[in-house]
Amino acid sequence: MNRTVFLGTLAAAGLSAGLAGAATLDDVKARDELNCGVNTGLVGFAAPDASGAWSGFDVAICKAVAAAVLGDANKVKYVPTTGQTRFTALASGEVDILSRNTTWTFSRDADLKFTFVGVNYYDGQGFMVNKSLGVSSAKELDGATICIQTGTTTELNLADYFKTNNMSYQPVPIETNAEGEQQFLAGACDAYTTDASGLAATRAAFANPDDFVILPEIISKEPLGPLVRQGDDEWADVVRWTLNALIAAEEYGITSANIEERSKSTDNPEVARLLGAGEDDLGAMIRLDKEWAKRAIMAGGNYGEIFAATIGESTPIGLARGLNAQWTQGGLLYTPPFR
Amino acid sequence: MSDTHAETVAFVRETMLPQAAPPASQTGAVRWLRENLFSTWVNGALTVLGLLAIFWLGTHLLPWFLHGVWNANSLAECREIIANRWGDEASGACWAVIRERWNQFLFGFYPSHLYWRPILALLLLFAALAPVLFGSAPRQLLILSLAYPGLAYLLLWGGSVWFPISAYLGFGAGIAAFLLLRRAGQSLLAPIVAVLAAVLWWLFLAGPVERGLQSMIPLAMEPVRSNAFGGFVLSITIGVAAIALSLPLGIVLALGRRSDMFLVKALSVGFIEFIRGVPLITLLFTASLLLNYFLPPGTNFDIILRVIIMVTLFAAAYIAEVIRGGLAALPRGQYEAADALGLDYFKSMRLIILPQALKISIPGIVSTFIGLFKDTTLVIFVGLLDPLKGITDAVRAAIEWKGIYWEPFIFVGAIFFVFNFAMSRYSMHLERRLKRDHR
Repeated sequence: MNRTVFLGTLAAAGLSAGLAGAATLDDVKARDELNCGVNTGLVGFAAPDASGAWSGFDVAICKAVAAAVLGDANKVKYVPTTGQTRFTALASGEVDILSRNTTWTFSRDADLKFTFVGVNYYDGQGFMVNKSLGVSSAKELDGATICIQTGTTTELNLADYFKTNNMSYQPVPIETNAEGEQQFLAGACDAYTTDASGLAATRAAFANPDDFVILPEIISKEPLGPLVRQGDDEWADVVRWTLNALIAAEEYGITSANIEERSKSTDNPEVARLLGAGEDDLGAMIRLDKEWAKRAIMAGGNYGEIFAATIGESTPIGLARGLNAQWTQGGLLYTPPFR
Repeated sequence: MSDTHAETVAFVRETMLPQAAPPASQTGAVRWLRENLFSTWVNGALTVLGLLAIFWLGTHLLPWFLHGVWNANSLAECREIIANRWGDEASGACWAVIRERWNQFLFGFYPSHLYWRPILALLLLFAALAPVLFGSAPRQLLILSLAYPGLAYLLLWGGSVWFPISAYLGFGAGIAAFLLLRRAGQSLLAPIVAVLAAVLWWLFLAGPVERGLQSMIPLAMEPVRSNAFGGFVLSITIGVAAIALSLPLGIVLALGRRSDMFLVKALSVGFIEFIRGVPLITLLFTASLLLNYFLPPGTNFDIILRVIIMVTLFAAAYIAEVIRGGLAALPRGQYEAADALGLDYFKSMRLIILPQALKISIPGIVSTFIGLFKDTTLVIFVGLLDPLKGITDAVRAAIEWKGIYWEPFIFVGAIFFVFNFAMSRYSMHLERRLKRDHR
């Protein structure tokens, strides 16, 4: 009885919170600031610099949305969230978007009542081992000790993978990535497993990265993307199409350098629609002005520029585009048409 | 005389021996060593083992400290400098990360042109604490102590100067109501109405009064939002506020637990046992997550304030038990003597019981405070950037400092040690000062 009452109260509270967030776009405009949930610190994806300014691959999404909606990429309040607080921060309305390397899964979408607006990074779980171990495939890791962060999906993926391949392993539980690096370097485990992007960043920071190899197997699908509260489709559209605009801009070769030029010459009708240069006013359909997408792209460049500046091959992290290349380049990035 | 024993003793010394130095084994360092380090075989063996352990630690740690690099722009640069200077196999500390990011460890994301404000708030804190902590400080400073909470709020968060003033007026309203009613002979009603008056002021009048004053005389400081707080500014803000608030609350709870009134006692016991029964992290999660669901949508209840409230409640429950121990340690005669003097409950507590009970409880109270101050690092779990893990992780997330591990911990640990050691020393000073008996 008591339990029912309590759950009822919770549901009612959740409902009222949901109703309150029904017009997030209006709230953001009225506030003149976007509340964006980000990681408390993840190399390449979200990190504050010495002066406290946030930058990174996930942060760029926040900036693009702020530029599209408010006309200024700096009108963002970054709310650092931990693995435990991120979903509540979004559900309770503390943040408008969660752009925090969050894997799009069925239960998070359906059960936790969120809407994933797209994928900004296709990640997957991999392994790193010491070269002296002489291992060249994850299939040879039978009986190995493996450093793994507890309480994450990586832990479950690892168990699944070893079970399906009929292998055994000895887990060495660790709390944080930094601790994992220490343990791995100290030889407490043969292999270190986490998302491939994280492995690359970790390896890049080692004193002698050449002593370590990242194994070719990717054992899980981790599509990371920004998410919003379910039930506010208008706001979800704004965020979704801002992300799509960044991806489309790369596809059509619109960069922050040539965007002014491209928005004048209306040779490609789709580009004209995207940049608000032609007759069609796409912005009005999502209650923004005509040049929303142009501002979003100018905030940090197109998807490719953002990738190159934060995590790409020219950065110390050195991630290849891989799955995150345009569909025309053999990747998975494919945005629906702007029409 | 010398012949006296001539028949019975073969030889009698007739002159004094010259004074000789004590044997080498009984003087100076050798004696000290023998007495303290090698008094028995077991002690000798333990000494040798201890020396070996120190030697081992020294040879492993000392180079790391000695090879420390202060001037570099990234961890890779640090490593390069160390390799150039000490050889490829050498390892060393990369203090350059502290040099570049010290301000984030201390101030979080507080705007750098406003650093003087938290610093001034900290200096004023010492001035405001002086009359409370040290008997020799001038009493006039007590006015500063009373004004300090408002002043600190203004300095840390900025905003309208009238906000803390109108909040203080609430206390004024309460006191005025109390005095008026007491003069009218309603001494039972007075405290109740006083509290009501203050609460009503805060709920309904404080806002309009503040806005009115602000529109008449606009006086404001640049506001700083709570999400700019981090590092030691955050830890000290939460720690000091919670310490200041939890001591009075703890005293009230301890007295409530020993009260004869059933309801007061039951509430106190229930509160103390509940709060002590749950981990602090649970309370922090409640503050950060659950309250968000239950508060009316759109309520902007500051996260730091919520955390301060929860940490205060947590510490108050522990303080209450420490003070209860002090109350229980007092001989029954003290209570009876207070009654015999005809003192009422409040007077006997204020004049006889509490001064003695608190004195006994000092070590326990201070160690609760030290624990509380260190517990402020747990706020990372609700997304606030504490100095130990929050800021450290944020710094590590910059690619140039990724892979750094011990340096931030040592830096932050050293600062925590300074604060906690000072608190511990102060408690010993206080114990000595208050030592009236058993001299």
